[in-house]
Amino acid sequence: MILNIIILIIEVAVVLGVLLLHVAYAVYFERKILGHIQARLGPTEVGPLGLFQPFADLVKLFFKEDNIPFGADKFLFTAAPVIVVTCVMTSFSVLPFAAGWVLANINVGLLFILAMSSLGVYGIIIAGWSSNSKYAFLGALRSSAQIISYEIPMGIALLAVLIMTGSLNLSDIVYAQDKLPWGMFIFPQIIGFFVFLVCALAETNRTPFDLPEAETELVAGYLTEYSGFRWGLFFLAEYSAMYVMSSMLTICFLGGWTLPPFLTNLLPILNLVPGIIWFLLKVYAIMFFYIWVRGTVPRYRFDQLLKIGWKLLLPLSLTNLFIIMIIKKVFMP
Amino acid sequence: MSIPILFFSYFALASIVLSLIVVTRKNYIHAVLWTLLLFIHISGIYLFLNAEFFAMIQMIVYAGAILVMLIFVIMLLNVRHEDHLSDLSSLSIPKVFFVFCVFGILALALQASYLNTIGKFSIDVVNTFSDAKLLGQVFYSEANLPLIIMGVVLFVPMIAAIVLAGKRSDE
Amino acid sequence: MVPLNAYLILAAIIFAIGLIGFMTRRSIIMMLLCIELMLNAVNITLISLSHYMQDFMGQVIALLIIANAGAGMATGLALLINAYRLKKTVKIDLFRNLRG
Repeated sequence: MILNIIILIIEVAVVLGVLLLHVAYAVYFERKILGHIQARLGPTEVGPLGLFQPFADLVKLFFKEDNIPFGADKFLFTAAPVIVVTCVMTSFSVLPFAAGWVLANINVGLLFILAMSSLGVYGIIIAGWSSNSKYAFLGALRSSAQIISYEIPMGIALLAVLIMTGSLNLSDIVYAQDKLPWGMFIFPQIIGFFVFLVCALAETNRTPFDLPEAETELVAGYLTEYSGFRWGLFFLAEYSAMYVMSSMLTICFLGGWTLPPFLTNLLPILNLVPGIIWFLLKVYAIMFFYIWVRGTVPRYRFDQLLKIGWKLLLPLSLTNLFIIMIIKKVFMP
Repeated sequence: MSIPILFFSYFALASIVLSLIVVTRKNYIHAVLWTLLLFIHISGIYLFLNAEFFAMIQMIVYAGAILVMLIFVIMLLNVRHEDHLSDLSSLSIPKVFFVFCVFGILALALQASYLNTIGKFSIDVVNTFSDAKLLGQVFYSEANLPLIIMGVVLFVPMIAAIVLAGKRSDE
Repeated sequence: MVPLNAYLILAAIIFAIGLIGFMTRRSIIMMLLCIELMLNAVNITLISLSHYMQDFMGQVIALLIIANAGAGMATGLALLINAYRLKKTVKIDLFRNLRG
């Protein structure tokens, strides 16, 4: 009993540590890739090739002044970043990184991720409301409207995955894809993949949809009044949420840690590579796509954002659901 | 004391205390946030009852949709708590007596409602298939009428909300 | 094993708290919250009975109640927005003229 708990705590610590390292370097990669997109070099000063830049940023954030604005709701103001980070970090407990590499293999893993991403909205709303600032408040209102709107097409895109698998367990979703000859759910439901990809951008407040923190009009949205380490927590949560969404895309549409069977039949040597490598490769491909989008696509207006959510993505996801239902009924009885 | 009883008593006590906190808050946003905490504890109680699907639905629908909608409206209208007409002032003895009567009736009547009949979904069955799968099977076989009613129940207020709230104020 | 009575009494207590809040609080927002509280108490009852009687009908009805709660909340909030536009308040006492 006690031993199990200790082992579990060590596992959690290892996952969290590795995750935080990945998040730190995601920031580095983002700055590097954005730099090269914009024909400059990105961070180069700290360490070889600027590799220690994340740690320098962290130290800088630690020693910044921690400012609580006058008239703010003090308790909620301090609680908001903790809520955001907790909700994102809890999502990692149900993600399978490789065969059997999952902290909690629960039956409702997919719903758990959805629940946590919808609880994360509260952190943003509280941050905006408790700051006692117009910009933060407007940012929070926008953000809650955006996240609620985009959760619906995302859920419907995931419903199609559920119809194909018949299970809410994330590991079972990967095993179900492994049974297909092409080894991925992206092939019949390319529309669902597209919808989820766009919704993931909106859910994590990434660039074409980063209205809540649009610098040109809202200073920094709900982050306006935050500084120092609290701001760092929001930053951490945003990048961790990118990892959660990339992992969900990998698990639900790209076959998780498995490779397509026709590839492994062609080159049996690929079976020797551990599954976590393929998982990370797929996750980083999607992360690169995120950063690429940030470097190229301009920001939408707010009414355009909601129009895309309700008038484009929702019908698309319903179409996808309909197609998948027919495919499931006709070809996979 | 065994561990299930320990956990249950924590969740039960916490939800009672939290619901007391909820009904006495003056600040609406604080009340909604305490309600959020209460709903999370209630979904913890559902986990004890082998209803993991329902626990997640509680979090997604109640915490993720209904309460966000409420908080959104409070923030949109920018309602502050109004100190005049102070709350809880209308607490009178007949009301308290009425509530105690309702509580007594509920507590007694619910005990009698337990029929001691054992259905086909024993704990072993729920553990081998999952809770969600069995619920889906029930929904699409015996309970298809509630499913259709649920569709109508969700469809009508959607139109009502759009008609009522989407009205432009002309003045 | 936790006895069924514990769940039922817990549900009854939460229902009573929600009821007393509904009768005493005078703002529409708090009344809506108290309705949600009462509906949750009913859900606890239904799901605990469904677990102990090993029948899934309880969960089906509980899901129906959640749909109902969402529907009621959406309509109630739409009405609240309209009422607030008219009177600039959410206190139910100031809507006395609705009695006719």
